[in-house]
Amino acid sequence: MGEFKVHRVRFFDYMPSGIRALAFNGDTERMAVARMDGSVEIFHCSDRFFQEKIIPGREQCGIEGLSWVGERLFSAGLNGGITEYDLTNQKVKYTIDAYKIPWYTFLILCFYHLNLDRQKSRIVSLSWHTSGSKIAAGMMDMIQIFNVETGHSIHRMLADRGVGTSRSKECVVWSVVYLSDGTIVSGDSVGMVKLWDDQTGTLIKSHNVTKCDVLALSVSQNEDSLVAGTSEGTVVQFQFVSMVLGKDDKEWVRTRTFKNHTHDIRAVAEITTAVVSGGMDAQLVVKPLLDKIEVRSAASALRKIHFPHRRLVFCARNSGLMLFQYPGHLELWRLGESEGKGIPGSSLFVKRNPEKLLHLKVKGEDHIRCSAVSPCGEWIVYSTASSLRLYRLHCDNNNVSITKISKLPKVLSSANQLCFSSDSSHLFSASTQSSVHIVSLSQSGCKFVGTLKPKSGSHQAIHLLAASEDGEWLASANSDHEVHIYNLQTRKAHCTVPVYSSAVTAMGIHPTTNCLFMMYADQQMCEYSIEQKQYTDWSRTVQRKGLHRLWMERDTPCLNVMFNPQNPSHVILHDTYMLCIIDQSLPLPDDKTQFYNQLTLKSLTEDQRKSHSHAFKVCKTFKDILCVELISDQSLVVVERPLEDVATQLPAPIKQKKFAT
Amino acid sequence: MAALYEGYTLCGVGTVQNSSNIGILGVEQGRDIDHVLVTDSSRFITVYKVSDQRPTGSWSVKRGQMISCPAVFNTQSQEYVVVTDDKVVRVWNKDDVNLEKAFKATVSADVLRVLSATDSEPVVLFCCGAVRFLDLLLASPQQPIEHVLAEDEIIRWSTIVKAEHQLVILFSTEQRGEHCLYIQRFDPNTLVKHRFETEPGLSAPISFSATCRGSNIHLLYLYLNGSVYESVLPLRRSSTGAEGVLALSRSLCLSLPLGEEKLMSGAVVVLDEAHVAVVGFPHPSAGPCKDYICIWNTHFQTLQACKEMAGRIYSQLWCYSGKMYIPHGKMLSVIPFECQKSSLAAALGKQKQTSQSAESKSCSFVSSWTAQTYSDVTQTAEIKSRMSTKNNSDVKSALTVDQLIEHIKTSAVEDVQAEVGEFIRWTPQADLQLAVGRLALELVSRSQTDANFYPQCVFLRLLETRYLCYSVCPELLSLAMVKKDFHLCQIAFQIFSDIPEAVTCSYLKTILSTSDSEMETVNLDTDSVMFMKELTRAQSRSDEEGGQLNGFCSPALESDVSDTPSNKLQRDPLALDMSCPVGLHKGALLNEVLQTAYSDRPLLPHLKDFTVPQVIVFLQYLRFLYFKYCHDAHKQIRALRTPSISQIIDWVCLLLDAHFTVLAVAPEAKRLVSDLHKFVRSQVKLYTELGKIEGSLQVLKNSKRSEDFGMYAIQVIELF
Repeated sequence: MGEFKVHRVRFFDYMPSGIRALAFNGDTERMAVARMDGSVEIFHCSDRFFQEKIIPGREQCGIEGLSWVGERLFSAGLNGGITEYDLTNQKVKYTIDAYKIPWYTFLILCFYHLNLDRQKSRIVSLSWHTSGSKIAAGMMDMIQIFNVETGHSIHRMLADRGVGTSRSKECVVWSVVYLSDGTIVSGDSVGMVKLWDDQTGTLIKSHNVTKCDVLALSVSQNEDSLVAGTSEGTVVQFQFVSMVLGKDDKEWVRTRTFKNHTHDIRAVAEITTAVVSGGMDAQLVVKPLLDKIEVRSAASALRKIHFPHRRLVFCARNSGLMLFQYPGHLELWRLGESEGKGIPGSSLFVKRNPEKLLHLKVKGEDHIRCSAVSPCGEWIVYSTASSLRLYRLHCDNNNVSITKISKLPKVLSSANQLCFSSDSSHLFSASTQSSVHIVSLSQSGCKFVGTLKPKSGSHQAIHLLAASEDGEWLASANSDHEVHIYNLQTRKAHCTVPVYSSAVTAMGIHPTTNCLFMMYADQQMCEYSIEQKQYTDWSRTVQRKGLHRLWMERDTPCLNVMFNPQNPSHVILHDTYMLCIIDQSLPLPDDKTQFYNQLTLKSLTEDQRKSHSHAFKVCKTFKDILCVELISDQSLVVVERPLEDVATQLPAPIKQKKFAT
Repeated sequence: MAALYEGYTLCGVGTVQNSSNIGILGVEQGRDIDHVLVTDSSRFITVYKVSDQRPTGSWSVKRGQMISCPAVFNTQSQEYVVVTDDKVVRVWNKDDVNLEKAFKATVSADVLRVLSATDSEPVVLFCCGAVRFLDLLLASPQQPIEHVLAEDEIIRWSTIVKAEHQLVILFSTEQRGEHCLYIQRFDPNTLVKHRFETEPGLSAPISFSATCRGSNIHLLYLYLNGSVYESVLPLRRSSTGAEGVLALSRSLCLSLPLGEEKLMSGAVVVLDEAHVAVVGFPHPSAGPCKDYICIWNTHFQTLQACKEMAGRIYSQLWCYSGKMYIPHGKMLSVIPFECQKSSLAAALGKQKQTSQSAESKSCSFVSSWTAQTYSDVTQTAEIKSRMSTKNNSDVKSALTVDQLIEHIKTSAVEDVQAEVGEFIRWTPQADLQLAVGRLALELVSRSQTDANFYPQCVFLRLLETRYLCYSVCPELLSLAMVKKDFHLCQIAFQIFSDIPEAVTCSYLKTILSTSDSEMETVNLDTDSVMFMKELTRAQSRSDEEGGQLNGFCSPALESDVSDTPSNKLQRDPLALDMSCPVGLHKGALLNEVLQTAYSDRPLLPHLKDFTVPQVIVFLQYLRFLYFKYCHDAHKQIRALRTPSISQIIDWVCLLLDAHFTVLAVAPEAKRLVSDLHKFVRSQVKLYTELGKIEGSLQVLKNSKRSEDFGMYAIQVIELF
């Protein structure tokens, strides 16, 4: 079918941030994840754990606890502040500086009303009783139960220190859970999970689950299952089961142990069918509980989420530049050049090495939310929660300089997503209310042109933008799964693609047919003709025949859609583990067809290949892909971030006791 | 074919102080074939009756005297002759007790040896090379003896050959490293001198053996490098040929394998025109040990028989009338042997054995121990000999082959059965090998003439010994086929490896033309029937499951999505017709035939004789097997003997080749052939599909090499 020159890039030092807290909202099936860098992410648990929303963090903003209150999400930080998030616009709504009390980790809920007895000891963990009248606090060497109304301590329960040398060390109660039946569960630094009775203040049962610390506890919604995360990277499950069949005498019994982490588990949560855990190794692990799953499907497989479901790498198609988006800075690189030709599978001689042109630090404390580089390579733009900056890049020979465009239109104060037109003449900035502002760019500066607003619908933030090659059309996708298409000539909404149940993970407008090609989180794909405002025949065929089982079972979303200008029937896609070219002129594979057939085809003759080819040409040469982009000289840029490299940059996987100050 | 039988000890060999290592001067033929004259290198001369393993007479010389040559028996005068102290010729007869009192004469020159041949006057060979007839010498003992040889020429070896009333003395000499052969003929007295060809590295022949065949003397001689050469010398002097020294023409007739050890000595003896016995050379496959006696076939250079001898071998070997005499360790053993007419088939162990010769009779003497009526066998001798030859006592109760054969000619089936059973039980393996063929021949010939005589059990018993093969008794199979004894045929087909293709085909025809109902009553090898049962059951099982077993690839999978109608067509023959077209027993018998060895070229013409129905039934059965095998059904069945898939396919090909035109036109064959074709096509497709994963496997193999290109590389990928 074809050869491609591939720039294999591994120098993007992206480091995912460790997971600090988890909060599951059972009503909306959303999982909120707080990371060490202060960012909060929202995953949709029933939509293949797609990362719907990302609220970037900021410097010095450690989140220690997360909690849903209805559909509102709160976090508590090390600095004692409580933050509520605006999930629609994906930003921080407000932060209240509660007394500068160094609460370490909280389940929040209006705790600033409390005026507890002065404590000599630090409170490390807290848990409310459902009645709201009692609160359990984990402290050094003990757990105390307070009456909320009086603020007095009801019981003090002493946690045992470890034996031997650790005898002299304090026992830290890292985590407490107050169950509705009055049982208090604690996890401590001695490695014990202990069950207490709040009426008598006595120990009911004690389980030694690890030699290290039990750092996190979480109870399921119906309080029949409890998971504990340890600093060894294991998750231990306890279940509330009757010891005698048919009798009502139930006990907490240790049932399962999972080990999917290499480092401390800082947060665990039990969702409907799985245990979710996250920790210092920065991966979010979804371990399905097989007793709660009826059919084997993609949902029943272990899922590890390493990378964000957003693009962090952008390529200037026409100038061979790459923009790497780090939380606090941007890097601009020029790709290398090769010499000569090579046979497939070989590496070419690198005539010129890639070169780092720019290191752009973000002004202020906020982390970058989105960024873009124009196809010509002349413009760089990024946005944080509070500001947007546009730069013009000058490259004469080896001198690189940038100038900040100073007088930006007011509408460009912040953006949820940014995108340049293909001729680099316009910048599209996704703003609040699902609107998109258009700014024209020229030598002199930039000028506000207009705002595209959807006819109706939700006001969720836009997370994807796609402009057509001919400058006619712009498509936007928001987290309510709406895809709006705008006519750029009239600056009016053209149409809306029928809303699908799954989120759009990537989209692109075909350069010749002007069809919008969309990839969804559930691995479905659609092609929508903008001009005819309907799905194309090919798309209907795909829907009718269904996609191959192996395609559907992939567990990472496609993050980019590209088109091969030399062959209009080719659509190029990628996810974390593969690169795929869909040839729309070839028959679709059915479930009996060998799906990954590249090796087979390789061993066949040209004639035989014809009868064995199908539309999906999957290349598995690359792994841990962050980005694939087709640049104008027909070569592909594949940015890989090998997990082994990530692992080597993680801190050593030993437990480290850290205390709040 | 040659065989060495269990040997036995004739006498002990005394150790001699003065003689370096040879304990025995010589073993000479006595007054008949059962008597030998053993001359001790010290002072004793003993006559043994070989079959009794006991001495019948013994004489010794006085202390201080020394026997200087082996004693011989003069068959003319029935007297023994020996030379003591080189010059004293002593003559005595068996009644003389004391050698000192016997006749003696002192001659004027040193005697080397007295050579005696049957029915002729002994010849005295002097050390100086002169010869005299004994009677003439004793007439005037002090007659002058002329010097034939040079001063320092020493005789190394000598022998006498007698044929057609012609006596020839052969002796080899050594003089300053040069080796010569002298041939002394009488009437007229001529002496011819030949020079042995010398080669660098080859010193001299270490052992000689001369026999007379036709009008030639065949002289075999052995070199230390393992080469056995043969020189053919005319019995009579051709004409007044050139005088002087002639080169001895020779031809290499055997190259013995050498071990790693350096050999010092060895001996060779001609047994018959094709066989030689060799001692002192290593057994080709038994490591470096030299203590073997081996019989080699010089025509085919094959080792025919061998026996390890306990104790050290002295490189001495004599052979008289079917027995070899070999001193080893501290004893002199007698080893009976047998050589049969050589042919390639026999050399490879495949020839019919017709061992009616005198030699084979002599070999059976061991087992005829009880039958012999020698009056002089005393009870004590019997006990003594039983102790010395343990094996003999085991076989005492059995009949001899000859007796058994006589019995077979007349006895009832039951008696024969019992006797053969006994015989097989008691006869040692080596003897059995020769005897079984004869028994089978005899049994078959009786069965052919006597319609009521058919000892099936006996035949089975003989087959069980595994010594029978088709060539030994070709009539056995045809007899079984005539008698429709399918059980016997089945066993024979299992055991025989040399069934001619014509017989295989006629057997096949017999099977195919016999009705299934008749066949089911036959008692067959249970293993084969079990296999058929399982095979047919596996079919019904997979039918019940309604699915295809693992490993079977339906062509539908490989076909293009578009051509669904053809899929249906292809599927049909596979789903249908999986029932076994023949009965279980017939199937079992056919399986046996499929496993026999054959060459396709000789088989084809015979296959053509099949009738169309026979071909179709056979082909249907083969198709059934093939389908079954492709479903992997046979893998689940544990059977000892199952036809392999390649055997099945070969037979299908052969049948199709042989009957191609017939099958092409016969309407009833059309469906069968097209089914086969479709199935084979689907199989071919399956294998091409398998071929496709080759690439993947290759990559797996190569993927071990990790690609570490650092942080950046520009690579080329290809998508197909």
